[in-house]
Amino acid sequence: MTHSLNIIPDKCTGCMQCELACSWVQTGYFQPSRSLIRVNVFDEQASYAPYTCVQCDEAWCMNACPVNAIATDPITRAKVVLEQVCVGCHLCTIACPFGTIFTLPGTDKAAKCNLCGGQPACAVSCPTGAIEWAAAQGSPWFGPWGDRVDGRFLEATVGGNR
Amino acid sequence: MGGWTRKLLRVNLTHGTHAVERIPDAWLKEYVGGRGVADRYLWEELDPKVEPLSPDNVLIFATGPLTGTPVSCSARYMVVTKGALTGAITTSNSGGHWGPELKFAGYDLLIVEGKAPRPVYLAIYDDDIKILDARKFWGQTTSQTEDGLRKELGIPAARIACIGPAGENLVRFACIINDKHRAAGRSGVGAVMGSKNLKAVVVRGTRGIPLARPAEFMQANWAMRAKMAVSPGRQGFTELGTAAVIDLTNAFGGCPTRNFESGQFEHAENLNGNSIKDTRMVANKACFACTIACGRVTRLSGEIADKYLVNMHPRNWRIAGEGPEYEAAWALGADCGVGDLDAVIKANWLCNDLGMDPISMGATLAAAMELYERKVLTDKDVELPLRFGSGEALVRMTEATAYREGFGDELAEGSKRMADKFDHPEVFMGVKGQEFPAYDPRGFQGMGIAYATCNRGACHLRAWTPGMETTGQVSPHATEGKAEWVADEQNRTTSHDSTGICLFTGAAGTTLDDLVACTAAATGIPFTLADFVHIGERTWNLERLWNLRAGLTARDDNLPQRLLKEGHKDGPAKGVVVRLEEMLPAYYRVRGWDEKGVPSRQKLMELGLASL
Repeated sequence: MTHSLNIIPDKCTGCMQCELACSWVQTGYFQPSRSLIRVNVFDEQASYAPYTCVQCDEAWCMNACPVNAIATDPITRAKVVLEQVCVGCHLCTIACPFGTIFTLPGTDKAAKCNLCGGQPACAVSCPTGAIEWAAAQGSPWFGPWGDRVDGRFLEATVGGNR
Repeated sequence: MGGWTRKLLRVNLTHGTHAVERIPDAWLKEYVGGRGVADRYLWEELDPKVEPLSPDNVLIFATGPLTGTPVSCSARYMVVTKGALTGAITTSNSGGHWGPELKFAGYDLLIVEGKAPRPVYLAIYDDDIKILDARKFWGQTTSQTEDGLRKELGIPAARIACIGPAGENLVRFACIINDKHRAAGRSGVGAVMGSKNLKAVVVRGTRGIPLARPAEFMQANWAMRAKMAVSPGRQGFTELGTAAVIDLTNAFGGCPTRNFESGQFEHAENLNGNSIKDTRMVANKACFACTIACGRVTRLSGEIADKYLVNMHPRNWRIAGEGPEYEAAWALGADCGVGDLDAVIKANWLCNDLGMDPISMGATLAAAMELYERKVLTDKDVELPLRFGSGEALVRMTEATAYREGFGDELAEGSKRMADKFDHPEVFMGVKGQEFPAYDPRGFQGMGIAYATCNRGACHLRAWTPGMETTGQVSPHATEGKAEWVADEQNRTTSHDSTGICLFTGAAGTTLDDLVACTAAATGIPFTLADFVHIGERTWNLERLWNLRAGLTARDDNLPQRLLKEGHKDGPAKGVVVRLEEMLPAYYRVRGWDEKGVPSRQKLMELGLASL
C-alpha cells in the first residue's frame, strides 16, 4: 500500500512546527528558511495552508533535469534529488508548476521533499493533525519507465555510480 | 554552546550607526537570556533617572535561548526599557513570529539607542542592516505599515514589529505590534519607540539555531509536547481561548466591573469563551511553534460590521481580525460595563491597528466613565456621553485616544495622570501608574500582593494566583502564606520569561522542570530547577534595584484606597477588602528586604549582585 501526505488546511493554525521539523531532519538545524514544506498564511481570510511537493507521477522536475539527478525512491515513491549528481542549474525549479523545489543557499543544489524516507517529520510534528501520513489508493505506476528510474536511484544510492 | 546566538545588534539612531557585539558568556549563565540579560544591559547602560520619552532612553528587544526552537510556544520576545506609563523598568512580552525571526537572523538582542532626526525604520536581513526612511509610513496603522513594508522591500517572508498612530502620538500606553495582532502591550513601550522616531523593525532571518545536545533536547521537547497534548488546561485554551477565564473570575466575585465598583459583571456570558466561539470566531491561530493556538480569529459580517462606525475602520471590517482575549474582553467590556461583544471586538481591533494596550485603554476609559457618571466630567468636557455600558463611547473614544482628538487627548495620558488632572485620584485603579488587569484582588487576595509588588506596575503575568485560588487548593480570601507563594512564583515566572517560552505552557500541563531540561540540553549548561529559581530571584532583585535608583520607594508598593477600604456591596466577595498590610511585611521578609523594601546587603551577596 502506498502512503502519501494528506494536508488539511482547515486544521492548520499556522504554528510552523512542520517547518522546524523539516529543517531539523534535512539540515540538523532549526532553520525554517531551509524547510522544504512551507506554510502559506492568508491572515485576512483566516486561512493557513502548509504546502510541499505533491510527488507527481510524471514529474516535471525530473523531466527537466539535464543530468538525471532526480530519481524515484522505490519504497516511498518520492522523487528525490541525488545531491552528488545535481549540478545546480536550477532548471527543475523553473519546471515545477507548484514551486515546491528549491535551491539551497551555500551549495546552490536542488532540494525537495523526500518524504523523509517514509516517516515524514512534518506529519509527526503537527500538533493539530493538519498533516497526515496516510495510506493512499495508488494509481498504477508507470511500469517500465518507473523501473528504469528506480534502477537509477538504486545505482546512485546503493551501487554508487560516481 | 547552542540555543543562544550569543550576539547582539546595537543600533544608534542619532548617528545612524550599528554594530554587532558578543554577549558575555557569564551574563548568559547568570540570567539565562531574554528578560534577564536585557535587564542586565539596562542596568549597565541606562541611567534610571532619564525621562522615558527622551532620546537617552534605551529600547531593548530580547529573545531567549529557546526562542525559535520547536519547544512548544517558543515565540516570545521581551521589550525592556523605561516605561512611558510608569517610569519604572518595564518588561513587555509578545509572541507571533517576530522574535524567532530575529533569532534566525542571528541575534539574541537588539538594542536601540538615540533618536532619529526623522521617521525611520530598521531593516534587518541577516548581516545586512539598514536604517531607511519611513516618512511615507508615518501615520499609517500597524496593518497598513506591515503590508506596505513587505511590498516596499520585496521580502514576503519578512516579519515586522511596528507602532501605530498611538505610538507616534506618544499615547502613554501605546504598544509595539508585531504580525498585526501580537503586542508587546503594557507600560507604553510603543511610546518609547515613537519618541525615537522608529516606525518599524523589519526582520528576515535565514540562519539556523544549533543545539549543544540535540538528542537530549529532542527527548525533553517531546516529553513536554506529550504532556501538553493530553492536558485539560491546554485543551481548554484551544477550545475556548483565554476568554473562558471570565466565567471563573465572575463566579468568585473577582471580575472587576465598572471601574471596580462590583466584582461580578451581569453580561459576562456575552463576552466569555463560548460566546466568542459560537458567534464570531472563524479559526484558531497559533504563534510560532505553539501547540495550544489560543488565538481567536474573528470576523464581523453583514449588518454587524456597520455598527459603531468610526472614521478608521480596517477594510470596512470585512476582513478577518483577531481577538478579543480575556484581558481585552474584560477591560473594554466588563470594566466599561459594555456587554456588547461586537463593540468589544471593534475596540480591540482598533487597539491592535492603532497600536494601543487594550487593558490600559479600557481601564482609563472606565475611570473617565466613572467621572462622567459622578458629574465631574460634563458634556462640555466630552464629545459624547461617557456612560457605563455605551458601546458607541467605547469604540469612538478608542479611536480618539490614539489620535489624541478632543477628550481622547486626556485619555491618552493614562488614568493616573487623567485622574490627578481632574482632582479625583481615587478613580485611578492601578499600581505604579499602570492600570490593573482583569482580576479583582478583593476576590483573590494573592493578586493583591502580586499587583502591589510587581516591578513593572500592576500586572497579572508575574504571579498568577487565581489558578490555585479558584480550584480549592488555596482559599481566595486567606492571606497566610500568600506573600511567600507570590515571591516564589515571581522568581519562577521571571526565569520562564527569560527562556523565551510563553507563560501559558505553565497552565497547559507542564512545569518549569520541563523548560529547565530543554534549556540545559539546548545550551549545554547543566541548569537545574534550583538554578532557575535562583536566577529568577537575581533578575527580580536587579529590576527592584533599578526601580529604587529610578526613585521608586516602598510607597509605590501600594494599592488604591478603594481596594483597601471599600468592599463589594454584594456577590461572593461581599465586604472583603485586600489585607495588604498583613501580606506586604511578610513579602519583604521572605525577599530579604528591609522594611523600606530595599534588598539587604546579605541578600545581594547571596545573589551575586553586591558588586553592582
